[in-house]
Amino acid sequence: MAAILALVEADPRGLKRSSCEVLTAARTVAEQLRSSVAAVALTGAAELLEQAALYGVSEGIVLEHELLERYSMPGMAAALAQLIEHEQAHIVLMAATARGKELMPRLAAKLRAGYAPDCVELLVHDGQLLARRPIYAGKVIATVRLRTALHLYALRPNVFTARPVEKPVSMVLRRFRPHLSPGECSAVVREVLRSEGKLDVLEADIIVSGGRGMRGPEHFWMVEELAQLLGGAVGASRAAVDAGWRPHSEQIGQTGKTVSPTLYIACGISGAIQHLAGMSSSKVIVAINKDPEAPIFKVADYGVVGDLFDVLPRLAVKLAHFLGKPVPEGFRRVLERN
Amino acid sequence: MLLVPMRVMVCLSYVPDTAARPRIAADGKQIERTELKFIMNPYDEYALEEALRVRERFGGEVLAVCVGPVGATEILRTALALGAERALLVRDEGTLDSFGVAMALAHVAQHYRPELILMGRQSIDFDSFQMASTVGELLGFPSVSVVSRLTIGEGGTVVAERDIEGGKEIVETQLPCVISVQKGINEPRYPKLPDIIKAKSKPIEEIEPPAVEPVSEIVAMELPQQQRRGRILGSSDEDLDELIRLLHEEAKVI
Repeated sequence: MAAILALVEADPRGLKRSSCEVLTAARTVAEQLRSSVAAVALTGAAELLEQAALYGVSEGIVLEHELLERYSMPGMAAALAQLIEHEQAHIVLMAATARGKELMPRLAAKLRAGYAPDCVELLVHDGQLLARRPIYAGKVIATVRLRTALHLYALRPNVFTARPVEKPVSMVLRRFRPHLSPGECSAVVREVLRSEGKLDVLEADIIVSGGRGMRGPEHFWMVEELAQLLGGAVGASRAAVDAGWRPHSEQIGQTGKTVSPTLYIACGISGAIQHLAGMSSSKVIVAINKDPEAPIFKVADYGVVGDLFDVLPRLAVKLAHFLGKPVPEGFRRVLERN
Repeated sequence: MLLVPMRVMVCLSYVPDTAARPRIAADGKQIERTELKFIMNPYDEYALEEALRVRERFGGEVLAVCVGPVGATEILRTALALGAERALLVRDEGTLDSFGVAMALAHVAQHYRPELILMGRQSIDFDSFQMASTVGELLGFPSVSVVSRLTIGEGGTVVAERDIEGGKEIVETQLPCVISVQKGINEPRYPKLPDIIKAKSKPIEEIEPPAVEPVSEIVAMELPQQQRRGRILGSSDEDLDELIRLLHEEAKVI
């Protein structure tokens, strides 16, 4: 029996990092509330469950049912509801990933449990768990209390830290077989299409983003090369996406994706409130903009006031030297021309 | 199976304009609503457009529903002007939590019996992304969230494409179901002036929500703490060297 369940997911590289963050958060809460944690593998993560031991979680539960071999969100919710009742769990945590944001509210409704989405902090106050979460596009932070005996929380990726324990614990794996009917496993994932060779902003530690100040799609190679130099992903503002310069999958902001990378570099982005909603929980923000009054500077840790067509090539060369890497192709050609 | 007329229910949310700067009320638990301009939730515009397109293809009718205050009739009128056949306001002055709103929508669906329920992927007030899953569960319907492409087959089969980390997933399901949509699924149309005028005299039905105990409560609201370093540099070579030094030594991110 485990009082706290941490639901974990896999991606092609292994256990998702956001799942490792959830494991650490679950263990922290368990220590404060003196309760126990088990990691539960969603479809595709069973083989990776032992890695939870690296984060100090010593119990793992594998859901076993042929109807779960292909991921079905409603099916998974039905299986987890049975597991939660069987374990008499009172807290369930999952990362607020695409699947987490879809699965957790379904599970909460099934069990009539309170659910707090997109949490950026969990705190124990007088023996009670509270969650803090941004609302109104991050313009307000709400502290939420769940009024039911069972609590569900989805944690915003990249905000909580995944901390491996010094001495890995040994892991005891258990199997749980839910009762499922095909009718409950409606909405089946037929296919997952991975965008090859391109790092997704949702999974990147470093994001270099371009906005209207890039002046056109033909200049985005600068953002791409800078991102590549830093091992990061390319993002874009709504203006750049609406103008058709960049695909919607790169859009950061309220109508795009919400990201919290370690380093966010905004190039030629003025910083409309809708954009800030998607990136203001980044750990370090750098803004490059020629308008010193641009709102982006108000949320920046470091600002460079200057024309990005002048700044980016020089910055790229300096960064390449600093990192001991070759100067990227496009920037090199620009410099040779000058 | 032949094409059959569909009843499509589209859920619209009445939210503060994104550009608005909310102020926290004296009780510290809500925002001052009276000072703000309210609009149709931007994602719901895509849901409404998708509802109209489904109706145009299969026949049937579109019911636009909003759980909100009297002022929300304004966005229901817009829905009527754009082509929804019926509009319904479930009166709520902000007392329902998200679960309560879902119960109210499920209550409407139980009476209306739609084949398809559409809504935006999130309301831009609470940004919870939860309504499609919750309403789906309450009705026992499958649901798919954050859908950027929706194909409904003649036999009631549904293929939905949704964004996930590092790619997309294709989900197969069937009607009746609940779908939340994402920007990019379509280009919403604009209302025409004669339709806006006609919509003014169309009836908007109104009901009270079912009584639901809240499962969550907001105990405090505050403005985010700005803890940014705020070091603004120029663009000289020395400034860029300093930037790299700060990123390395102070912020320790490169």
